Amino acid sequence: MKLKANLISGRTADQGAHLEAKTYRGYFDACAYCELNSADLDKLGVSEGNSLKVATDFGEVVVFAKANDGNPDGLAFIPMGPWANTVLDPDTHGCGMPGLKGVPSEIEATEEKPLDMKSLMKQYRED
Amino acid sequence: MRMSEILIKNANVCDPAQGINCETMDLCIRDGKIVESVSESAEVIDAAGRLTMAGGFDGHTHSAGKINVGRFMNPNDARRTLVPGLSGPEARTEKTRAQVGYNTPNTYAIGYRYAKLGYTTICEAAIPMLAARHTHEEFKEIPILDKMGLSLFGSNWQVMEYVRDKEPEKLAAYVAWGLKASRGYGVKIVNAGGGEAWGWGKNVSGLYDPVPNFDVTPAEILMGLAEANEKLQLPHSVHVHCNNLGKPGNYETTIETMKMFEKVKPTVDRQALHVTHVQFNAYAGTSWRDFETGAPMVADYLNGANHLTFDLGQVIFGPAVTMTADGPVEYANSRMLHEKWSNQDIELEDASGVVPLSYSPKSFINAVQWAIGIELALLVEDPWKIMFTTDSPNGGSFVNYPEAFTYLMSAKKREQVISGFGKMALDRMVLPGLDRELSFYELAIMTRSMQSKMYSRPEKGNLKVGSDADVAIYDIITSDIDPSVEHEKVKQAFSGAAYTLKDGNIVVKDGKIEATPMGRTYWVNAKVPADIDSAMNKDTDIKFKKYYTVSKSNYMVEDSYLPNPVEIRTEGAF
Amino acid sequence: MPVIKDAVCSLCGSLCDDITVTVEDNKITKIENACILGHSKFVGMFEHDRIETPMIRKDGELVPVPYEEAIEAAAKILVNSRRTLSYGWCSTSCEAIGKAIQLAEETGSLIDSTANVCHGPSALAAQEKGSPGASLGVIKNRADVIVFWGCNPVHAHPRHMSRYSSFSKGLFSTKGRKGRKMVVIDVRKTDTAKLADKYVEIEQGSDLLLITALRSAVNGHEDVIPETVAGISKEEILELAETLKNAQFSCIFFGMGVTQSRSKYKNGDGVSSLISDLNQHSKAVTIGMRGHYNVTGFGQVATWETGFPMAIDFSRGFPYYNPGETGANDVLVREEADAAIISAADPGAHFPQKAVRHLAKIPVIQIDPYANPTTEIADVVIPAAVVGIEAEGTAYRMDAIPIRMKKLIDTEFKTDEQITKDLITKVRELKEGA
Repeated sequence: MKLKANLISGRTADQGAHLEAKTYRGYFDACAYCELNSADLDKLGVSEGNSLKVATDFGEVVVFAKANDGNPDGLAFIPMGPWANTVLDPDTHGCGMPGLKGVPSEIEATEEKPLDMKSLMKQYRED
Repeated sequence: MRMSEILIKNANVCDPAQGINCETMDLCIRDGKIVESVSESAEVIDAAGRLTMAGGFDGHTHSAGKINVGRFMNPNDARRTLVPGLSGPEARTEKTRAQVGYNTPNTYAIGYRYAKLGYTTICEAAIPMLAARHTHEEFKEIPILDKMGLSLFGSNWQVMEYVRDKEPEKLAAYVAWGLKASRGYGVKIVNAGGGEAWGWGKNVSGLYDPVPNFDVTPAEILMGLAEANEKLQLPHSVHVHCNNLGKPGNYETTIETMKMFEKVKPTVDRQALHVTHVQFNAYAGTSWRDFETGAPMVADYLNGANHLTFDLGQVIFGPAVTMTADGPVEYANSRMLHEKWSNQDIELEDASGVVPLSYSPKSFINAVQWAIGIELALLVEDPWKIMFTTDSPNGGSFVNYPEAFTYLMSAKKREQVISGFGKMALDRMVLPGLDRELSFYELAIMTRSMQSKMYSRPEKGNLKVGSDADVAIYDIITSDIDPSVEHEKVKQAFSGAAYTLKDGNIVVKDGKIEATPMGRTYWVNAKVPADIDSAMNKDTDIKFKKYYTVSKSNYMVEDSYLPNPVEIRTEGAF
Repeated sequence: MPVIKDAVCSLCGSLCDDITVTVEDNKITKIENACILGHSKFVGMFEHDRIETPMIRKDGELVPVPYEEAIEAAAKILVNSRRTLSYGWCSTSCEAIGKAIQLAEETGSLIDSTANVCHGPSALAAQEKGSPGASLGVIKNRADVIVFWGCNPVHAHPRHMSRYSSFSKGLFSTKGRKGRKMVVIDVRKTDTAKLADKYVEIEQGSDLLLITALRSAVNGHEDVIPETVAGISKEEILELAETLKNAQFSCIFFGMGVTQSRSKYKNGDGVSSLISDLNQHSKAVTIGMRGHYNVTGFGQVATWETGFPMAIDFSRGFPYYNPGETGANDVLVREEADAAIISAADPGAHFPQKAVRHLAKIPVIQIDPYANPTTEIADVVIPAAVVGIEAEGTAYRMDAIPIRMKKLIDTEFKTDEQITKDLITKVRELKEGA
């Protein structure tokens, strides 16, 4: 099953606390996840710590699932960082700012594991 | 400063401080100062009989700090090329950084373009003390010019409390501390008490309208700060932007304010009061419908008074940017003109706002505003009381000074402009009946000489032996020109000096930048008896602990922000 | 052991200047008053690795080289480039930013800051409608209504509420939090929203609708407001408008939820207009919640040195500004930049994939104390001192108040300012040689 969700990215305290330790596991833990509310996670049949594949018109990324019941139905949140940016909208609509919030996405359960930071970035060098 | 000698031959010197009225002579310069004589090996500049003055001194300009808000919100200004050679984008060269702007040029352009006009010293009109580092950071990037700035005290909580509690000594100590903290040169008061009222979206309506919550009146703030200013023997008097700026009928408040200062005894040989941009405060009428000039009434008072100086705040037609610590005025401007509005209230200290606008000769109000500035300059008999300004860029950009000089020097030029006004405008001004035309001598007084005494800077604004070798040579042969008729020539000559020398360095030649030495920053360190200073500090400690969001130890501007400082010490009369 | 008081925290735009730092053997061993973000910066730097040495990518791997070699390689990239993007310069001092702008001017580069993916739209909004603000202490002393719109200070600016806003006490706000109404407008119930007196959950991307409805209510045109706007009932909107109108002093703090969502700069434009309208009734101001500790400083320095706050193109010799064209993401997505110099920012992590893909293709010079995703695509890496800890300098708080950051410990690393100066010197040398 695929969940259609509106994807936003943003700052978290944990992400901010790892700004200068991005090669460390803590940064991966702080950024490589996607928050949905429990009902949405249930729809996908996943629980926290399982993997999710988030796909948009701009790419797809595998991240861990996390529950946040502050999210309304159909709102997905990935902390700002290289994982989120794999799937966010590069178009600035002529005003300089890319689409970092409000990107239509499809989310599904997956067996794949999220790539660590270096592996994720290595893909760009190999592109 | 380089060790060198320069001989300026055949200079047609106009130096009112020495009573020299366009006499041809030689000027000698050694190591950045005017001297009696130089050796044979001196570099020679042949002035060829051209008009030679001390470097110009703009004693009230918004050129560092708040101007950045103007730049930020008006990127279109960067591309304006309204005054050729003195505005708009210019690519970097071997000698100069890239330049942009008209009303709000970048810092480099401010330095270069003032120098092209033959100006060598500027005074930033408003330093918010909490943000003083910002002013000094911009000063550091303004090449060539010597700089000073006036610190804002008119709506400051500590000031108002000391005034209310009748603590004149602690007030003086606080002013001294504030000047030191902000590296300011003098005391600026903007719409006394109005900044605090604006904290609640309100204003004060005049000299005797109490400031909300502080139980003091603008009049008391003004008198209290004047007393502190004199107790500290500061080189400049209090510098006052009157209450009710920009409102029809405000000339009465302005005269009332001036009168109030008759009783202030200066402790330094200078005025007791400087009233700034009086054009904006010389309005008669009761509303914008019956608005008319109040210049004759203000000039009449000024002609009988000897305790004060003032500056014009002349309007230039075209786009301008208003920027002032008078927060409520800017909000009112933005609502009246449907213009964008920036505001920056500063905790415990003051307010401010920035609004762009455009002065049009088709608007009868703008036309009358334009006339009022010139009326003041012509109706006040003694030019030593008058500093020429446009309150740049409030009335218009400083790059228009040459144009504005011709308004003062040529009745014909004025007629040209006035011919575009409607009848209603003409009925509300007295300018068409004025035929006075200022001489080069009178212009020199208003643009450099009077500033020397007004700011107690004897080495500035004149060409006496011992003074700074800041010299402007303009391409004018005074004996061959009739400024009344040849006003266009006058404008051209003042728009690009043949030579500008700063501390004996040639910085401008034939209207082009030759060198960009770094100027000085003047600031005042006023001595206060230790016990008073310590008592005052106990009070400000509480202010920082309870109300400020910056620590007291992080408030003082550090030495590193003034790469070329000149500390002016005063002894104080406690 | 030295204890340094009133140190400045160089992490977020709150720029707290009341930090007490204990230094032992040139290491920070204790820090008081800082939040989790500040703590991780000050103490964390001794717990994780630095970039130890300059590096150049050879055969796909970054290998250590002497400093001079890295500077020369970097300068060559700059001299050979026809369109360099200089990006970042926000987690550094104003003094370094000044040098970066000079380098950009001398190399005809395009220079942009992290505002490009942050509060860039707020600058555009100010250019449309102005920026009616105040210093943070004004809020502390006066505000009785505080709105957080599309921002989450509990996470992004953890001490903001205690030092400057919701919980702070001042001359006219002696009751602190009890005397204030705190409103949070967001798309999801954040940790900040949980602390609010009033939480308004809007539909993502509909901020401008709500702003417009609020303006209608404030200006007495409630008849034009539909029954529901942005997922909020008309009744709730009218109530919020009344709260704002009846305040003694209100402040709307806004963040990325406003600048990055649909309508982007038009949202900020709307907020400025709303503030202007509100001042017909009571005092109101707005302040953007700036992220990097000195992103405000970049805007200030760039504005006084070039006339523009960001996205400045020097290819014509004079500054040219057109953010939808000269913004960092736009030049990368158009695959226009042929080299990049990146300092004190991490576009590798924070730019969308298409921009990063192009960055990976062109020579990239990175100046940073720490390895990050950008390092993975960099070709020349120059380690730098940590500004605010190992180097002093000026930073501007989110309310444009300048504060001097202290140097707390010694370092062998060069400062961003020194590195940039060295680059300017080397670039001049190479140009003269050519």
